[in-house]
Amino acid sequence: MSGLKMPQANAATLKKRAEIIADMRIIVPGEGVVDAQNEMRAFESDGLTAYRQMPLVVVLPETTAQVSRILKYCHERDIRVVPRGSGTSLSGGALPLEDAVLLVMSRFNRILDIDYANRAVVAQPGVTNLGITHAVEQAGFYYAPDPSSQIACSIGGNVAENSGGVHCLKYGLTANNVLGIEMVLMNGDVIRLGGKHLDAEGYDLLGLMTGSEGLLGVVTEVTVRILQKPETARALLIGFPSSEEAGQCVAEIIGAGIIPGGMEMMDGPAIRAAEDFVHAGYPLDVEALLIVELDGPQAEVDHLIDRVETIARQNGATTSRASTSDEERAVFWAGRKAAFPAVGRISPDYYCMDGTIPRKQLPRVLAGMRALSEKYGLRVANVFHAGDGNLHPLILYDANRPGELEKAEDFGADILRLCVEVGGVLTGEHGVGVEKRDLMPEMFTEDDLNQQIRVKCAFDPGHLLNPGKVFPQLHRCAELGRMHIHRGQMPFPELERF
Amino acid sequence: MTVFLPNTAEEVLETVRWAVSEEAPLEVVGHGSKRGIGQPVQTAHTLDLSKLTGVTLYEPEELVLSARAGTPIAEIEALLREHNQELAFEPMDYGPLFGGEPGRGTLGGLLAANLAGPRRLKAGAARDHVLGVHAVSGRGEGFKSGGRVVKNVTGYDLSKGLAGSWGTLAVATDITMKVLPAAETETTFCIAGLDDAAATQAMAIAMGSSAEVSGAAHLPEGVVGRFIDGGFSGGGQTVLRVEGFGPSVAYRIDLLSRLLGNHGSAETLDEAASRRLWREIRDGHPFADGSPAPVWRVSVTPSRGHELVDAFRRAAGANVYYDWQGGLIWMRMEADPEAEILRKMIAHLGGGHATLVRAPLAIRAATPVFEPQPAPLAALSARLKEQFDPQKILNPGRMDFT
Ligand SMILES: Cc1cc2nc3c(=O)[nH]c(=O)nc-3n(C[C@H](O)[C@H](O)[C@H](O)COP(=O)(O)OP(=O)(O)OC[C@H]3O[C@@H](n4cnc5c(N)ncnc54)[C@H](O)[C@@H]3O)c2cc1C
Repeated sequence: MSGLKMPQANAATLKKRAEIIADMRIIVPGEGVVDAQNEMRAFESDGLTAYRQMPLVVVLPETTAQVSRILKYCHERDIRVVPRGSGTSLSGGALPLEDAVLLVMSRFNRILDIDYANRAVVAQPGVTNLGITHAVEQAGFYYAPDPSSQIACSIGGNVAENSGGVHCLKYGLTANNVLGIEMVLMNGDVIRLGGKHLDAEGYDLLGLMTGSEGLLGVVTEVTVRILQKPETARALLIGFPSSEEAGQCVAEIIGAGIIPGGMEMMDGPAIRAAEDFVHAGYPLDVEALLIVELDGPQAEVDHLIDRVETIARQNGATTSRASTSDEERAVFWAGRKAAFPAVGRISPDYYCMDGTIPRKQLPRVLAGMRALSEKYGLRVANVFHAGDGNLHPLILYDANRPGELEKAEDFGADILRLCVEVGGVLTGEHGVGVEKRDLMPEMFTEDDLNQQIRVKCAFDPGHLLNPGKVFPQLHRCAELGRMHIHRGQMPFPELERF
Repeated sequence: MTVFLPNTAEEVLETVRWAVSEEAPLEVVGHGSKRGIGQPVQTAHTLDLSKLTGVTLYEPEELVLSARAGTPIAEIEALLREHNQELAFEPMDYGPLFGGEPGRGTLGGLLAANLAGPRRLKAGAARDHVLGVHAVSGRGEGFKSGGRVVKNVTGYDLSKGLAGSWGTLAVATDITMKVLPAAETETTFCIAGLDDAAATQAMAIAMGSSAEVSGAAHLPEGVVGRFIDGGFSGGGQTVLRVEGFGPSVAYRIDLLSRLLGNHGSAETLDEAASRRLWREIRDGHPFADGSPAPVWRVSVTPSRGHELVDAFRRAAGANVYYDWQGGLIWMRMEADPEAEILRKMIAHLGGGHATLVRAPLAIRAATPVFEPQPAPLAALSARLKEQFDPQKILNPGRMDFT
């Protein structure tokens, strides 16, 4: 990524900058257009801070009609647009382009409807993930997908990234909790998909939009499912001498028909870093630590805590503690939640990866990582959404040492290759963005990628929305539309008749 | 008429390529159990996937199963049962509604029709459980999407894109699904004698509680006698299913009776009766009596379902019951489908959709079976179709814009 190539800037757009800014001020009056260099600085990168680029101009619309006019304007003039929510993407999805309008959705910050009878909330896309839960918690409800960035990240960004969190094992990802959206296409068309009713007919465009990283349309409204808070939750903190045993324990918990609310694993280096930082009482003589949280009715949770403890013992757990109060449960989680900053304390910089693997491959992947760690001479600590196989290796490096960032990036790429090799994928929840863009061919053939780009062509044939992200190369739609006819014999005509 | 019966994904690819080069459209079928749904497809050739079978991967502890698209759902469900697992979205079986046998249908059809059942409320539909596909587009190109893991945001989710596409975008050849542990036991809590409005209120209370209800239906007086062999006595029944580990189920049933105790007289159904009841609710059982009368499945905001029925009944005669907390209305018409009136009322009540799942051929040919889409959405759908199947080789005309 250090040598990242972005699409070549459109010189005609750059030349018309002043005119574009003036026109944007007509569409979005007041404070909604930011063009001063010092003020645009705040938007020059997202959560992947290794990359920075000043945008052409920053526009902060407030209404769907404004978004529609902006996109139509840009569409007619061939101007690129990069949507942005809160800018917490870890893959550079919201990285600006020199010749693109940065469309920031943060002023869409209102909750439009809270409907307990139908367990739905309608929110504007700039509302934060946690903002939805805050709006309904006094009635005992919450919004289930809980990315660690939930105080900051926007629900529109969550839709664009199909974000997950520790509770996704039991409650699903964003895609499974969004009921409907309103979106604007690059040509200005406003489209509503789904709503408070289930399973809208026609093609599952809502499914395609979720996780499309701002390349298909701009989300201007989101309807989500809210759930009643589980009556109670308890956590178990279980230590193992090796990750193999911890992995086997996870498999047997699920094999027993138990789907915990959350199931997280940390390896030795991550445990020690976290314990040093927050003193959560983690055992330091273990090589793998599992946090298993069970939630639901009291009767169920107590029943399952016992069963999970038994399974853990049978799998060689050397320590096991069950929380007896919400305070104690919070302490168990404190170390896991602080794992990233904890690693940040023991290394000047760290680089967070996000592959997913079939769970049973964990020992092989961890062994592979140890070998890579030696090869690159960089340390790595692992936190792991153990229930669903989503790994977050944290590569420790020092950006001030020449060449070390590049080394960390190469190390990261090798880890992701390893994930794909064992049947996994490049990214579980952080998205492809610019970061993993050039690794896409590790997982997909040219035909696979072309069919994805054809979806893009149906939504945005001019490739004006968020170009340079996700796809290593955006072939022109006209080129992709050409048919290659293979003339041949009628294949195996088994002339059966009805 | 040629029927192609491929045994392998390569043969599917060859067939579609041939069809593309000859510009010869194909009707794509599995068991043909849902052929009665959608606009009738009239093609000279049929691509029959019923020989493309076999579970290719099943790892219970990883909660994942892959199978070829023509694999019978019944075979998959039997295999899962051996390991106390299931397809959690409870795919419905359209067979009986069309006077066919139960237990037919393939995995490919399940995805193409985006099947779901009463547990849709809690567990989602086929779209929420598909992890990956291999498919052949109407361009005659093989592609894959997704994978075998649940957490995956690598590229567009074309597997979801095929859900509900009725075979008009691509022919799936291999499909990977998330599977889940089956509940240890279940009980259904039944309240007798509520009218539709009161039932809707009771269902909302139950769904909004921490009882984790996994099925909420209302069976009005006019249909209730047709469930569980007439086992319900007197009046309409509002039924709430609770599933899980034994102690938890008992606890939550108790919670429901505390919450809803004053809503009417209540009883519970044991596991066997409960299983049977929800299968019948799932499959439109009261209307699967050999009659060809038009049947709608209408999906609206749950709290508005009964209002829709109330308004509609003033215009036309219909027999109904509700699933999905009142948001899914199964409706059998006495005569005409009255599509326009029904759809106007749906729009008026905040939107949703009506699918004419059963109707004689002549009526289907003259009535939009699927909910007509607003112009910009229809245009986008048509562009998507164009990108997958520019020559309209696959199931031409099955959906309006195809
Ligand atoms: C400390 C930290 C922890 C994190 N933890 C998690 C985690 O646990 N799980 C997880 O999944 N992610 C996590 N993330 C990543 C990130 O928070 C999510 O991807 C989040 O959904 C991004 O939301 P955002 O509003 O910040 O979007 P942005 O970063 O602004 O944008 C992300 C992408 O979405 C597009 N986009 C934004 N808004 C819209 C819109 N309205 N319409 C169309 N496209 C839009 C952008 O173009 C871009 O491609 C973490 C990030 C940080 C910094």
